[in-house]
Amino acid sequence: MKTTGNGNPWLISGFILVIFLGGWHVLTLRPSFEAKGKTEEQLQMMEFNGDIVRTDDGGYGWNPDKMKGVPGPLAVLEKARVELGEAFVKKGTNDHGIAYLVMYTVSRFAGGFLAASVVAIMLGVILGLNRVLFRAFNPFIQILKPISPLAWMPLLLYTVKDPKWTAVLVVFMAAVWPTLATTAFGVSSLKKEYLHVAAILQLSWFKRLYRVILPGAAPTIVNGLRISFGSALVAVVPAEMLLGELGVGYLSWIEWNNLDIAGVIFAILVVGVVGVILDSGFNKLASLVTYQE
Amino acid sequence: MSFLVVDHVSKFFPSHAGGGDVCIFRDVTLKIDKGEFVTVIGHSGCGKSTLLNIIAGLETQSEGGVILNGREASGPGLDRMVVFQNFALMPWMTVFENIALAVRSAYPEWGRDQVTAHVHKYIALVGLQGAESKRPIALSGGMKQRVGLARAFSIEPKVLLLDEPFAQIDALTRGVIQEELVQMWNATRNTVFMVTHDVDEAILLSDRVMLMTNGPSSRVAEIVDITIPRPRSRDTVIEHPHYYKIRNHVIHFLVRHASHGEGGAQGEPSDVAPLVVRF
Repeated sequence: MKTTGNGNPWLISGFILVIFLGGWHVLTLRPSFEAKGKTEEQLQMMEFNGDIVRTDDGGYGWNPDKMKGVPGPLAVLEKARVELGEAFVKKGTNDHGIAYLVMYTVSRFAGGFLAASVVAIMLGVILGLNRVLFRAFNPFIQILKPISPLAWMPLLLYTVKDPKWTAVLVVFMAAVWPTLATTAFGVSSLKKEYLHVAAILQLSWFKRLYRVILPGAAPTIVNGLRISFGSALVAVVPAEMLLGELGVGYLSWIEWNNLDIAGVIFAILVVGVVGVILDSGFNKLASLVTYQE
Repeated sequence: MSFLVVDHVSKFFPSHAGGGDVCIFRDVTLKIDKGEFVTVIGHSGCGKSTLLNIIAGLETQSEGGVILNGREASGPGLDRMVVFQNFALMPWMTVFENIALAVRSAYPEWGRDQVTAHVHKYIALVGLQGAESKRPIALSGGMKQRVGLARAFSIEPKVLLLDEPFAQIDALTRGVIQEELVQMWNATRNTVFMVTHDVDEAILLSDRVMLMTNGPSSRVAEIVDITIPRPRSRDTVIEHPHYYKIRNHVIHFLVRHASHGEGGAQGEPSDVAPLVVRF
């Protein structure tokens, strides 16, 4: 198919962003407080309730600390400015700066994902090389694969008795199946000539694995890792929420408990940014191990 | 005793349709001398590649044995290197790495410099200087098979097994590489067992050409001695008075057996030694 279009995609992206932010701003705009038509008594009651405050010119205005409705982009920006300003501050046991929260989430994610990848690739290679084992394990993999990783959480929490490790294990359960299935597939569909060359050259078991099998199956394995990566990233946020483990997913939930909707939106954006950063790191890694045939 | 002996080797595959095994070939016996270049020609499905794989140790025979230099050769080994039809170069390795992997395996006691020098020597032998750090994706079919040949020659195997090595290379390049192979073989005088469809290729390269009947239950029916003196080259070999006699004989054989269709060997006794043909 011939693709059409010339011009700068960034310009279009910027345009979409402006439209979105502008629309968001307009839709969440609140008309300024109008004191006209209200009795002095009513105004005093509203001031007493904290809905309005006296302004410098002697009139009344909405209390900026008591926001109603969905906050606009400026409020979120202000929230982000404050949060990023305190990124490295620990105010209390449950109130750590955003930099710490990102670090907790990333290390939790990395721990579960890496452990799952190692286990899945090792098992996948074994199953990929042995048809009988593959067929023996396949029914179990098929049953376990579609289970939502979050469904394991109560059982994991009960058995490991530690929410920290439970969160890591939930990420593990999310990440292990796609990599396992694709590694087994990639290894089993490796061109037999490569294995023949390895056999003729009398490569040791170790060399056969590291010089032939793993690099040969690498493109397929990377595809599995990519799926695992996404599913682990999706699992880490609700795991933090449900377990109350400090992290960016938990941030979203705690801001909800504070009824700080700007904070919730900020937390959502942080989750997105963390995902993008992890994903680009993953792509860099993937480009190192794939090859063209 | 001959250097490489294929002794009454038969191969059966379990039948997909049920009802007993299918015989691919029966009672194949070859005796190849050291430094001899022997080629097998036959139609697709006659089992010639299977025979090559059995000699390589990549497949197991149902009956019989392969004896190399007085010892039974079972399982693959560095003494029987294969040049594959589809090159079998590791696409994630450069030209240099592909050959170096083989050299390091064959000479584990060598240091880095020795391996590098050896690899460069064989890269130069096939005229691929400058392509050392390219990956197979960046090479033409002819260049890929040059790497395959360099890899095979570099480990100096007792027997070289060529499995339709030029089948996937365009006709013009094929001729050039055949000539290069002639020169490499003249320099090394390796023992070579080749499988091919190409009659001209077989005559140019071989000392003897074995003709296999059609499968199933194929067998070596004739052995043609190629008496054309060496050194040979593509343009001089066709001038030789015996060239077209040999060529026509081989083609007649192939046509005759093709026209029999499936079971072309039927009616012919399988325990008869192959007919030796000499012009």
